[in-house]
Amino acid sequence: MTNSWTDIKNTDLVIVMGGNAAEAHPCGFKWVTEAKAHRGAKLIVVDPRYTRTAAVSDYYAPIRPGSDIAFLMGVIRWCIENDKVQWEYVTNYTNASFLVKDEFGWSDGLFTGYDEEKRDYDKKSWDYKIGEDGFAEVDMTLQDPRCVWNLLKAHVDVYTPEFVENICGTPRDKFLAICEMIGECSAPDKVMTSMYALGWTQHSKGAQNIRGMAMLQLILGNIGMRGGGMNALRGHSNIQGLTDLGLMSNLIPGYLNIPTEKEPDWETYMSTRAFKPLRPNQTSYWQNYPKFMVSFMKAMWGDAATAENDWAYDYLPKLDVPTYDVLRMFDLMHHGRINLYFCQGFNPLLSFPDRAKLTRALSNLKLLVVMDPLETETAHFWENHGVYNDVDPAEIQTEVLELPTTCFAEDEGALVNSGRWLQWHWAGGTPPGEAKHDTWIMAGIQRRVRALYEAEGGVLPDPILNLTWDYADPFEPTPEELAKEMNGRALRTVPDPANEGAVLVEAGQQVKNFTQLQADGSTACGCWLYSGCWNEDGNNMARRDNTDPDETGAYLNWAWSWPVNRRILYNRASADMQGKPWAEDRPLIWWTGEKWEGYDVPDIGVTSKPGEVMPFIMNAEGTSRLFTRAMMRDGPFPTHMEPFESPLANVFNARMRGNPVSRMFEDDAQNLGSSDQFPFVATSYRLTEHFHYWTKHNPVNAALQPEFFVEISQELAAERGIVNGSRVRVWGKRGEVWAKALVTRRLQPMTCDGKTIHVVGIPLHWGFMGAAKKGWGPNSLTPYVGDANVETPEFKAFLVNIEPAAEEPVA
Amino acid sequence: MTTAPQPTTAVSNPPVQPMDLNLLPSDVIRASATYDLPEPSRQLEKVAKLIDISKCIGCKACQSACVEWNDTHPEVGENVGSYENPHDLTAEMFTLMRFEEWVNPDTSDLEWLIRKDGCMHCEDPGCLKACPAPGAIVQYSNGIVDFVHENCIGCGYCVTGCPFDIPRISKVDHKSYKCTLCSDRVAVGQGPACAKACPTQAIVFGTKADMIEHAHTRIEDLNARGYDNAGIYDPAGVGGTHVIYVLPHAEKPSIYSGLPDDPRISPLVEGWKGVTKTAGMAVMGIAAAGALLAGFFTRGSRVDDHDEQEAERLVEDDLGGPDKGTGAG
Amino acid sequence: MNIDLSRRGFLRLAGAGVAATSLGAMGFGEAEAAEAAHVRAFKLATTTETRNTCPYCSVACGIIMYSKGDVKAGETAEIIHIEGDSDHPTNRGTLCPKGAALKDFVHAPTRLTKPRYRKPGGTSFEEISWDDALNMIARAIKDDRDANLLQVNEAGQTVNRWTTAGFLAASATTNETAWLTYKTVRSMGIVGFDNQARV
Repeated sequence: MTNSWTDIKNTDLVIVMGGNAAEAHPCGFKWVTEAKAHRGAKLIVVDPRYTRTAAVSDYYAPIRPGSDIAFLMGVIRWCIENDKVQWEYVTNYTNASFLVKDEFGWSDGLFTGYDEEKRDYDKKSWDYKIGEDGFAEVDMTLQDPRCVWNLLKAHVDVYTPEFVENICGTPRDKFLAICEMIGECSAPDKVMTSMYALGWTQHSKGAQNIRGMAMLQLILGNIGMRGGGMNALRGHSNIQGLTDLGLMSNLIPGYLNIPTEKEPDWETYMSTRAFKPLRPNQTSYWQNYPKFMVSFMKAMWGDAATAENDWAYDYLPKLDVPTYDVLRMFDLMHHGRINLYFCQGFNPLLSFPDRAKLTRALSNLKLLVVMDPLETETAHFWENHGVYNDVDPAEIQTEVLELPTTCFAEDEGALVNSGRWLQWHWAGGTPPGEAKHDTWIMAGIQRRVRALYEAEGGVLPDPILNLTWDYADPFEPTPEELAKEMNGRALRTVPDPANEGAVLVEAGQQVKNFTQLQADGSTACGCWLYSGCWNEDGNNMARRDNTDPDETGAYLNWAWSWPVNRRILYNRASADMQGKPWAEDRPLIWWTGEKWEGYDVPDIGVTSKPGEVMPFIMNAEGTSRLFTRAMMRDGPFPTHMEPFESPLANVFNARMRGNPVSRMFEDDAQNLGSSDQFPFVATSYRLTEHFHYWTKHNPVNAALQPEFFVEISQELAAERGIVNGSRVRVWGKRGEVWAKALVTRRLQPMTCDGKTIHVVGIPLHWGFMGAAKKGWGPNSLTPYVGDANVETPEFKAFLVNIEPAAEEPVA
Repeated sequence: MTTAPQPTTAVSNPPVQPMDLNLLPSDVIRASATYDLPEPSRQLEKVAKLIDISKCIGCKACQSACVEWNDTHPEVGENVGSYENPHDLTAEMFTLMRFEEWVNPDTSDLEWLIRKDGCMHCEDPGCLKACPAPGAIVQYSNGIVDFVHENCIGCGYCVTGCPFDIPRISKVDHKSYKCTLCSDRVAVGQGPACAKACPTQAIVFGTKADMIEHAHTRIEDLNARGYDNAGIYDPAGVGGTHVIYVLPHAEKPSIYSGLPDDPRISPLVEGWKGVTKTAGMAVMGIAAAGALLAGFFTRGSRVDDHDEQEAERLVEDDLGGPDKGTGAG
Repeated sequence: MNIDLSRRGFLRLAGAGVAATSLGAMGFGEAEAAEAAHVRAFKLATTTETRNTCPYCSVACGIIMYSKGDVKAGETAEIIHIEGDSDHPTNRGTLCPKGAALKDFVHAPTRLTKPRYRKPGGTSFEEISWDDALNMIARAIKDDRDANLLQVNEAGQTVNRWTTAGFLAASATTNETAWLTYKTVRSMGIVGFDNQARV
């Protein structure tokens, strides 16, 4: 989230699209009901289903799964056509005025540079014209035909209300009513907030869905504003934290990158990370990359990381592919190329696509280690559970270790919420039986592996032997020790560069925040983004002062928020070019004539003059981007793409299946279904009674929603002879499931391109372990393909068939 | 020990230090089959739980919180083509979200009407009137109607007596169960568990006067959104209730999963209520009739149609009909 | 009829309906009714409070756990109730149907209590000691890493990556666990590293 949960109360209009906040985030959704009750805010819901969020909405419109880009580009087109644009914001705070290379273009659904063989773009033309002064060329009048604004206008021209109706199945009048409501928020003092979640990410073009809305929010001038923003509602309690901390194939804590093979040495690695400003006077904050990176290397390897050995750069693995994400890993596993696999509190058998493939993949492992508080399906993948898990244990040679861990109640530390708040919690219960903290388990593994290398030698022992491990008890580092390590400290006395003779931070002291980090090895910091969380003031994450001056919803003294306790990202953009808040009734920060001050930690140098230093300090442009240059694999603007399994051909280019640059493994390409066999569009989702695959273990939640079901319209039920509450079989190219049918008016057939589109709604939450009735989830059916940029699987739009079934499921 | 305060909200953290309760036997103003209660020495502030249908997202947090607070164990059932689980109120599930898909004839738009069902804590409680077991159902001066299970004989007359069809008889201990308005929490100055939990604060709790005032602000908001008939459900037929609703379509309560348009205590119960006194006296002297009553009271099963007919017959035979009861409350 | 007879015994003695009605009518219901009209004992009295965060979605509601026994005092503690923390600015004491039932997640019948091992082709898990389990893991890591860590690619560049092992990190562990996991996994050269955010 750019903003926070409590900030949502400041909004005028909420659009829930690509999510279902009332069901998946009920207590966060409270702030929508607060905005409605106290500000008269309105709520729009756009969703294939009339959800429980829709039940309390002011306006609902249906949409065909996987067609969101068309809808969003349609809204942008309507706003431009009807002058619903926050012009001062767009002109100055976005890259609308930047001129783009003449070679860049779009036709037949594709941008320039497409290579069908490689399924990739040559992105050279997707960039600004750079002038002789080394800066990007701009036209602040927005007249130049090559400026981003005019290219955008041309790009969205095709997305008329008729086009939207035809592609999305959203009735034209409903679409236009929503455009009108959204358009009002282009007034400088009106704000809309976007609340989205997996309904947008789980598509082969998920990142572009989100960009579509981000662009709309920029055009309306709603980024950086109280009550505005792009608010990704993260699905789990600490995936924000785990991602911040770089627990992904290609990441280093704080969104730094693991090097690739093309960066075999430190110098090459750093050369592409200079991030020089693209316009005069701009901050381009990523210029501090070397300070963050060196401090990270010192945190990892201490004295073994020196200037002479390029901070132990060789200790870092170098990638030969963009990522070894889960889809790639399970594909490699499927081909017998993975021997050892660890699952720490994660249940991939139910969470990833194409369960049959996953079962085969896990069966190829030598050793699977599962650490979890619960009996997961993954740990029991080899166990026969009749039709629910029809395997022959004798044929599965995988060794499995199932290790009991503590859960939240027995654990101390911080979780990062969707609004980037790091909140500390304390243990209150005794772990059951022999359950152990994950830290104890990880330390136990590290210490033992280290001991083996020490005793036996072996391949490349140094990164393991030299790993910083100065914990009081090496076998159980404490949360305090680990949090302090992430915050960072001075390894030797750091002089103050701005004040000769003065000391910035004494040797051994915690750094105040990342502004004190150095690139010379004098500081160590596990995660620069978290620097400030536990400094010499103590554990800021444990702060519990819930006062909120003038009730802005900021709560600056409650817990601690990254970065540097800032609650609303890009908050400089909440004020105009002179530094005066756009919305006088909801000021956030303002320029006093000498400095920035206000209700939040300013997202700009406190003495950076308005008009000189532009608001988006992390970007080399100083502005936000309506056009993303070559930063996304599938285009600098979002363009409509069909899901890989769709009842319709791409209207721009009938030969194009799915996202033209999504990675597709060969076996999986053969395993895609077509609408002649599988005529119905399926989509998967959560129900409010359950959390993922966890609460089926809880008898209370199991009682509230006991059994796997699918939702269909009355029309589809009539067409297939299905009775409400009866059992049905749902099958697709990759598998089949049996479920109860829930026939509802909340799903309605749609008409797209002359075809009737029926949607089959498939909730997750069921499996073969736990207290609820045994069942399946959607992932026995979902396709094995991910988003082109981030490889998030396409769970929200795929094809199935459905028919009545016998009372008891039979394989 | 300090005495607990009177509750004014559910938004507070429960105390862990022991304290004197503030909902006492002496605060009981009515008890089933008991006519000689002493006059209470004080009048507690009337409380109410307000359920605002327009803010309810049907998440069932109220059900969950109710189960956890009251330590009940609803069974894991099955899906029968509905979001309602369990499928009805049970002795282990005192509150239930009921879901109704309703097409508004004025707009042709679908509205998903979701209503939290449970005890209404009537000012004039039909259950208490119908109950023949002394002290099994009590009403406190703050409006809470509570079941005292120790005194319950499991006859099921409370079910018949309830205009909202709320109490349920346990198959395990043959006692009647329903929402207590978390009387044990109220006694220490807290609000009910469901109101505390409700994510959108569709359920709020406080003094009845505050709740009525709050309801009016909600109705203003709903009027502004085009719900011209939004209103409060606080039915006069049962003397008003201590669980009240804000209904967007208050002119037709029954669209909300059969919420009674004009709930009243059945005339049969009004009669039977009288019978518990006068018939009781009579029956004491008539061995045969006593045996008959004992038969259907002590087996602890729910009153069925046959029992009702029996009761009716008894009333009519012995007393000449229900309208001869006193009907006094 | 004996006024000292206990209610329970009295009800058992006579037909319940008869007894009940007569009790009320005969004027000695007052004392009994008053005695019985009590509310349930407040179950949180004298429990220990601990503040925590709901582990489910990213709203991160503040919760209070009520236990018999105090972990901080070195005692064995059993959590008997969990509810929302009204002081918390985000949830203000509210919880969703998952959060409101957290106590029964903590005490779920399918919580793991002992390390277990399943041998190749095995049809069930067997108990194993922690020490044996961790030693088995360390041995497997060492052997596979030594055999499969790629130090130099075809172009002769140092790459030091280990692709035959993978680690899937959680979604609800603390930052502190995540950091320790990061250090351990990355220092081994594992690149097949991911977390729940991927999906």
